[in-house]
Amino acid sequence: MGLLRDLWRTLRQDRADVWLLAVLAAAAVIVPVLNLVVPASSPLHVSTYVLTLVGKYLCYAMLALAVDLVWGFCGILSLGHAAFFALGGYAMGMYLMRQIGTRGVYGNPVLPDFMVFLNWTELPWFWYGFSSFPFALLMMAFVPGALAFVFGWLAFRSRVTGVYLSIITQALTYALMLAFFRNDMGFGGNNGFTDFKDLLGFDLQQDRTRVVLVVATLAALAIAFCASRLIVSSRAGRVLRAIRDAESRTRFLGYSVESYKLWVFVFSAVVAGVAGALYVPQVGIINPSEFSPINSIEVVIWVAVGGRGTLYGAAVGAVLVNYAKTYLTGALPEVWLYALGTLFVLVTVFLPKGLAGLLPAQARAK
Amino acid sequence: MSDVTPVRRSTTGAFGAPARPANWLELREAARRRLPPVLLGKLLYLEHLTVSFDGFKALNDLTLYVDPGELRCVIGPNGAGKTTMMDVITGKTRPDQGSAWFGQRVNLLELSEPEIARAGIGRKFQRPTVFEHLTVFENLELAMAEDKRFWHTLVARLRPQDRERIDEVLETIGLTAERSAEGRTLSHGQKQWLEIGMLLMQQPELLLVDEPVAGMTPQETERTAELLLSLAGKHSVVVVEHDMEFVRSIATTVTVLHEGSVLAEGTMDAVQNDQRVIEVYLGA
Repeated sequence: MGLLRDLWRTLRQDRADVWLLAVLAAAAVIVPVLNLVVPASSPLHVSTYVLTLVGKYLCYAMLALAVDLVWGFCGILSLGHAAFFALGGYAMGMYLMRQIGTRGVYGNPVLPDFMVFLNWTELPWFWYGFSSFPFALLMMAFVPGALAFVFGWLAFRSRVTGVYLSIITQALTYALMLAFFRNDMGFGGNNGFTDFKDLLGFDLQQDRTRVVLVVATLAALAIAFCASRLIVSSRAGRVLRAIRDAESRTRFLGYSVESYKLWVFVFSAVVAGVAGALYVPQVGIINPSEFSPINSIEVVIWVAVGGRGTLYGAAVGAVLVNYAKTYLTGALPEVWLYALGTLFVLVTVFLPKGLAGLLPAQARAK
Repeated sequence: MSDVTPVRRSTTGAFGAPARPANWLELREAARRRLPPVLLGKLLYLEHLTVSFDGFKALNDLTLYVDPGELRCVIGPNGAGKTTMMDVITGKTRPDQGSAWFGQRVNLLELSEPEIARAGIGRKFQRPTVFEHLTVFENLELAMAEDKRFWHTLVARLRPQDRERIDEVLETIGLTAERSAEGRTLSHGQKQWLEIGMLLMQQPELLLVDEPVAGMTPQETERTAELLLSLAGKHSVVVVEHDMEFVRSIATTVTVLHEGSVLAEGTMDAVQNDQRVIEVYLGA
């Protein structure tokens, strides 16, 4: 109860926070109604296609939130967060693959199709347990978190900062991409996982299941947002901003800078992993291209467009930029990358605080 | 111990312990006589510190002691090793040789920067560094002597006595009216004071203050002198400063560094009349 009271007191300080949560709550009611209740003939009907897009954008918003937490508040410019997103996605994918069972092309009750195709006879040890949803759920958070812990422990302890850290995060995601492309890694090679059937027994092709997934994503985004807000408004959050602005000064005040960076990095990776796990059943596929370095860079652009260091800005930026991407890649496919680059330059030059910088001062008073 | 050849092996020690040389009592007495009498009860012991950067000796066999409650000024021309000395004390730079002890028990060369800060050494940098995007109040809050681990600060909240303490320090540094202003909005002099205030919140036994009056107006300089004088006694303060007038106004003991070692030490008058000091530094 104390935690909820703290949360309310914290959120009240910034109207934009309240607005974001209100929009998420409203979406959790309106989207299901427009999809399930409003008939398909009505112009207000939300089609399955739009439903999938909404779910996708929300997952991206959560990923952007994770990046804003480390970049906007602690100055760690991670250009490898898509790796944590993809790892969470793969954990979910492994569970969904095991759920296919005998409905696969080869009808093998234990082995996913790609393993049968590779003439494997046994399930590799790291696939054990993924037929259980609670175990898979644990892994969606644990695997990205553990990787972030090991990576962060090594990088931060060696005092790798700034552009060097950004470069090794790129290397991390690139290395993972190459590894996951290999067939003998046991993750389906370049095809990844697809052709999922059901989640917890619910058919993934049904609108009802998809609506529940969108609502679950809305809830996960709201929870991640509130948790992040509580972190950044605690004293630890102020230490994070102190590290961002004057790292060695913070050290001379007696703070172990490394452990602050490490824990916020791990938390952020877990958020990214959960976002990836929610993403996979909605888009129906996960493959190694999710690890590609450009994905992580795009996330940084979403955050910059929305407004770094605001949390809500990151979420809004992710949705807006991805909406533009969906529209432009449909209408003028060859223009998209130029548009993205131009957008980044324009925002950096004219809107250094992103779209959040346009809000009246009292709305973002902090 | 076995690979050290004793001076003169006489008998085997009890329980097979390495034997002491027969003249060990004499040796111990001789060692005691060699120790300078100043060694007891110091707060800071720097002995034979040498730091080289690519062959350049920033510190060259530097030996310096600081008393509890003392206000010590360290002067010297550029490149004399003043900042390097501060870096060694605070753990930023490791010396090639020598030892650095804080009191009798804390070996500074074994601790990291945050550990040294928590052991009770505070440092103010040459360029004022406050947290630009935090308010004056928050700057002081973060400096407060408290459990500084992540999991504690995540749930920590200010107790009434913490607020009182912060208010007290705000009063001392004259920034009560600016408590809610962000660090970046302060003037240069106010930033210097805020940084001194942050040191006060740390409640260190030893304060290292690098050029506290650089770029200050005469009035601000005067107030800073008062502030530092009021701190001495409760804390030991080591001030590195170029401004001779300022040093004269606060110092009881002045240490002159030159080329990485101590050239002279004494009162301001004694130091100013020292022929070697006049040659290398004061030039007048």
